[in-house]
Amino acid sequence: MNKYSIFSLARNAMSHHEKWQRAWRSPSPKKRYDAIIVGGGGHGLATAYYMAKEHGMRNIAVLEKGWIGGGNTGRNTTIVRSNYLWDEAAQLYEKSMKLWEGLSQDLNYNVMFSQRGVYNLGHTLQDMRDIQRRVNANRLNGVDGEVVDAAELQKRIPHLNCSPDSRYPVLGASFQARGGTARHDAVAWGFARAADNLGVDIIQNCEVIGFRRENGEIQGVETSQGYIESPKVGVVTAGSSSVLANMAGLRLPLESHPLQAFVSEPIKPILDTVVMSNAVHGYISQSDKGDLVIGAGIDSYNGYGQRGSFTTIEHTMTAIMELFPIFSRVRMNRQWGGIVDTCPDACPIISKTDIKGLYFNCGWGTGGFKATPGSGWVFAHTVANDNPHELNAAFALDRFISGALIDEHGAAGVAH
Amino acid sequence: MKRIPNGGRIDRSKPVNFSFEGKSYQGFQGDTIASALLANDVKLIGRSWKYHRPRGVVGDGAEEPNALFQVEQGALTIPNVRGTQAPIYDAMVVNSTNAWPSVNFDVMSIFGAFSRFLPAGFYYKTFMWPAKFWMAYEHIIRQASGLGESPRESDPDHYEKTNAHCDVLVAGAGPSGLMAALSAGRAGARVIIADEQEELGGRLLSSSELIDSKPATKWLEETLEELASLKNVTLIPRGTVFGYHDANFLTIAERLTDHLALAQRSGPRERLWRVRAKQVVLATGAHERPIVFGNNDRPGVMLASAASTYTNRYGVLLGDSAVVFTNNDSAYQTALDLKASGMSAVTLVDARASNENLIEPLKAVGVEVINQCAVVNVIGKARVIAAEIQNLSDDGKSIFGAKQRIDCDIVATSGGWNPAIHLYSQSGGKALWNDDKACFENGISVQDQVSVGAANASFSLVDCLTEGAQAGRSAAIAAGFNTKNTRIPGVSCSAGTDLTPLWRTPTEDPPGRGAKAFVDQQNDVGVSDIYLAAREGFESIEHVKRYTALGFGTDQGKMGNISGMAILSEALGNSISDTGTTTFRPNYTPVTFGAIAGPEIGENLSDPVRKTAMHTWHQENGALFEDVGQWKRPWYFPKLNEDIHQAVDRECLAVRNSVGIMDASTLGKIEITGKDSGDFLNMIYTNAWKKLGINTARYGFMLGEDGMVMDDGVTIRLDENRYFMHTTTGGAASVMSWMELWLQTEWPELEVYLTSVTDHWATAAVAGPNSRKVVDSVIDGIDFDKDAFPFMASREGLLAGLPVRVNRISFSGELCYEVNIQANHGCFMWEQLIAAGAKYDITPYGTEAMHVLRAEKGYVIVGQDTDGSVTPIDLGMGWAISKTKDFLGKRSLERSDTARKDRKQFVGLLTDDPKVVLQEGSQIVNNASDQIPLPMLGHVTSSYYSACVGRSIALALVKNGHQRMGDTVYVTTPDKGFVSAKISTTVFLDPQGEKQNA
Repeated sequence: MNKYSIFSLARNAMSHHEKWQRAWRSPSPKKRYDAIIVGGGGHGLATAYYMAKEHGMRNIAVLEKGWIGGGNTGRNTTIVRSNYLWDEAAQLYEKSMKLWEGLSQDLNYNVMFSQRGVYNLGHTLQDMRDIQRRVNANRLNGVDGEVVDAAELQKRIPHLNCSPDSRYPVLGASFQARGGTARHDAVAWGFARAADNLGVDIIQNCEVIGFRRENGEIQGVETSQGYIESPKVGVVTAGSSSVLANMAGLRLPLESHPLQAFVSEPIKPILDTVVMSNAVHGYISQSDKGDLVIGAGIDSYNGYGQRGSFTTIEHTMTAIMELFPIFSRVRMNRQWGGIVDTCPDACPIISKTDIKGLYFNCGWGTGGFKATPGSGWVFAHTVANDNPHELNAAFALDRFISGALIDEHGAAGVAH
Repeated sequence: MKRIPNGGRIDRSKPVNFSFEGKSYQGFQGDTIASALLANDVKLIGRSWKYHRPRGVVGDGAEEPNALFQVEQGALTIPNVRGTQAPIYDAMVVNSTNAWPSVNFDVMSIFGAFSRFLPAGFYYKTFMWPAKFWMAYEHIIRQASGLGESPRESDPDHYEKTNAHCDVLVAGAGPSGLMAALSAGRAGARVIIADEQEELGGRLLSSSELIDSKPATKWLEETLEELASLKNVTLIPRGTVFGYHDANFLTIAERLTDHLALAQRSGPRERLWRVRAKQVVLATGAHERPIVFGNNDRPGVMLASAASTYTNRYGVLLGDSAVVFTNNDSAYQTALDLKASGMSAVTLVDARASNENLIEPLKAVGVEVINQCAVVNVIGKARVIAAEIQNLSDDGKSIFGAKQRIDCDIVATSGGWNPAIHLYSQSGGKALWNDDKACFENGISVQDQVSVGAANASFSLVDCLTEGAQAGRSAAIAAGFNTKNTRIPGVSCSAGTDLTPLWRTPTEDPPGRGAKAFVDQQNDVGVSDIYLAAREGFESIEHVKRYTALGFGTDQGKMGNISGMAILSEALGNSISDTGTTTFRPNYTPVTFGAIAGPEIGENLSDPVRKTAMHTWHQENGALFEDVGQWKRPWYFPKLNEDIHQAVDRECLAVRNSVGIMDASTLGKIEITGKDSGDFLNMIYTNAWKKLGINTARYGFMLGEDGMVMDDGVTIRLDENRYFMHTTTGGAASVMSWMELWLQTEWPELEVYLTSVTDHWATAAVAGPNSRKVVDSVIDGIDFDKDAFPFMASREGLLAGLPVRVNRISFSGELCYEVNIQANHGCFMWEQLIAAGAKYDITPYGTEAMHVLRAEKGYVIVGQDTDGSVTPIDLGMGWAISKTKDFLGKRSLERSDTARKDRKQFVGLLTDDPKVVLQEGSQIVNNASDQIPLPMLGHVTSSYYSACVGRSIALALVKNGHQRMGDTVYVTTPDKGFVSAKISTTVFLDPQGEKQNA
């Protein structure tokens, strides 16, 4: 593998960039692998990378039906944070945060992890109680965070509308300084290149169309490029998880919804942090290219079409106008949608299944991007050892039978 | 001024003064920023994104990558205005973007010198050391990128929205769109035709062709007159159809005032049309594509069609000499147009072999034609000085021979046409590669939609007119109208459409050596970048887009994407059809945020403000308000100089010692009727309802399917089959939806009707030992005797002759009567009660005092003391769960984790220091320690200083709390310390309930 650095860049400039190697190979599938990861998104590629790196599994493949990073990895709004309420979630996302913090160097690929901080705004007294609760819990879990009042917030984000006259005045916020954004495509490519370098076969345009099993054990997968044998299959196919589960005869407690996002035209730097509001329902940051990157909640209907309804876009826009009225004359360049799988408790499933050798990592809902490295790390452990890591033990499928849910809908509840 | 003496669509009698980069210029009414600058011989108008190379106008419409301007200043400023489509107006202030200090001398152009070190994706390969420095690197990168500047003040303009239904929506008002609108309109169909340009007409506005033996513009004028005369036809100029969603729902952004001088503007700035169309005709035309060659980004290199437009439509004299470089027939007209404009020398370079029929007319006017040659390079930096051409091999894959230099001011190129299939693709359709025409075109329609004319890869004028007429007629018939054929106007002789694909001029050296050749000018993506991406394994066009930024700009790749795809295919040795396109997504062109938000901003935010009937009284009496759901509720009523604590203490003491009054109108109210109402409530609530007496109230829990508390409230049985349910204020709508969901989808056999009556009733809670005397003195027809009207009973009476319903229920633990009256009389009732209570010093109290009063009694607030993970058993209210009947959530309560005995349970907390008030949201631990992670037992849900108890009190959820009464625990404090407290019962006052039963 060419090592990437300023020196290799300069050296290659001298040869007109004609000597750069492929970032990853384009192999034909082998007949058999020790393990197969279905889904070449960030989570799947990270899983393969950590399986190779941490668990020494080199004869493994990632199968992707289209192009790697083309699902939700390439469609999200790139926000990274770990300030989750419940212990199990906080520890999982914090593991991910720690991996983010060294990821560019670990992968030798600049994923542009930008710790510009994330603000979660509170607009009601109950929001502020919930923020206090979350920040306090984060403190005891070793996750950084602080509560910021409206006056301080106005100083830090001058263009945020903190007027007491707005419809839902901003009363304060939680702030995680280590949170921020990352370059989503680079995350997929960085993991792909690093995994490939460790011998992982990344096979694009290879769609899984069925599972073969015998005596309750997985034998391999049927694909658009033929049958591939493997005693272990890990499925990481956000948006299509139910479809894959159905092929295996499983039913997962998931609902698939469209989730939309949009960007403005590129403008000069004006917002150097991430601002999220559950109450007025929108979040915004500015990419390094200058686009305002904006998202909100899911479309309420179920579906697999990677597009949503315009009313959701309109509603999100009113929220952004409420928070940042100065952007009214800026223009929206592009809007798009992806499909997210939501779990009843807004937490993922990272689990073994009743079929030996078949594992699922799904149900990340709207917030999977931030978990990419951590998700891959624990799922790699789960598949490699046929046993969950302690960080993901609580995220097993059986919690929907026992009732040990990890309700991360936020301590939202209802108002009194 | 560089103008042709006459002709074009500009009004030479109306000069327009404007400024660019601080210098004054003059154009004419009808000019765009681009045409006016070209007419003033300003060719250098901006700097590129990465290398800061000098750039000029390339196109004449939505495909323009370079001519982006900052228009106006201060609150009115608009970034990234596309100068090819924005008209000028008097005193307009225009500046370039992405150049400092000026477009002519740009400091950042130093990046151009280092461009060799900045290939596609260079930032993924560096800036990784030292690791901590990324934030500093990023800061510099951010300053360098971005285009225009956002306003920094609130927008003084406003925006509106309109909904429209029509039989036929026509997108695009060129020849095919106009014909479609005409034939559908004549048939009587309701037609909306929208076009993004300032004037309707599309290519006809710059055409030199004849229609029905008249100049095309004359035919256009007559057609527009007829359309305007049809009442069923709506014409929307300056209206961009920018989104095509499911079920033939399309969005149009109409610009209303941006073309006017500032002083002349009034009314909304833009209007967003939300259109539901039975049939859609897409007549969106085509975008010309350039041929890519060395230094093809120099100011003065433009599309052939743009050169014709500036010449014919805007009367601009583009220079004294021009080279037209083409691989197809359409640019021959450009050569004629340029020659006719008065240029001394025009040379047409055709990559193809010579064709006498095409050449003849050019030769006749003195245009030199050179065949089987290609422009390989452009000389000049801030403007074109000359073009260099070389011989092209028969297969178009190599060049040979000596370079020939042709001095010129303009290089006009045409590589063919890309149908504007954006809206078609947004509709869900799949673009197909047409090898004969060398373009992507629409495949089968997936909605009730048809593409016509150039958008359908039918480029000749006669085809456009014919297809438009047929599509309009078919659409009208499909929408239910009878119609005959529309006559197709006669067309002189349409230009040919022959083309031999040539995406880029071949180079002797591999891409990456020699002059830069740009595919996407806005993002500085060159041929070498696409080759590099392919070399590094980015083979999917979507990868190449993301790696190189091809097509990411404000033009969304309208200029360069298809060429980029073709060049990638070449690099990979694939067919273009295999490479495919990236996904076309809305918006077709960028749309103002304000237009999408519309009027639903600020005070009119899509969430309405709800106020009770007594709101004005509260305001007049100094209430501060709290947002609860959509409602404004009085929070507390401070008297002079009182802070929140003093006010709340006073309000609480008044309720406990005499009488207080609270506005309880915001609680959700749902009337439930029908013969199965009792059975229905039995399923919705955890407790049993069928034996409840008439005019009697009962408290109930509503659980989600997971067994967790989702709402609570008191429901009163008004009659055999009539119940009156109270919900929490914020939960009213979701409870209503929840119950409807079950009724409609799971239990349709139940005869139950739900009516939301929250707003129908105004409610005053009169609470305190003196409350009986107050209500008794103003309400007739009710025996308020303690035994005649016991706790949890409901009665009907009259207040000043108006019917009221009085419920003896209590959320304060005091003797309390909730008086309900038809909402219009709410304020009257309130004032009557206040007057009657005067002798007891009746005290209005708000939500904060309500919170304290109920906490003193340990009453739960769903959403504050619960969070979706709490069962009634956790709350110590297992008595509310029926053991004998089924209800929603029952099965989940039996799950192993949910049935655990040591779950987090609802308890009281008393700090060891009675003056310390815990912070709500604090976490609770067994031992104060710095250990991380520190195991948490639960958290403080409610905490107050209670004037009535005489100390601080708190409610909390604590692991196994019910078994830990009296245990000491530690609670986090805001200064990152801990404070000790003891676990207690949740009831801090009147444990026997003597006060409410009094």
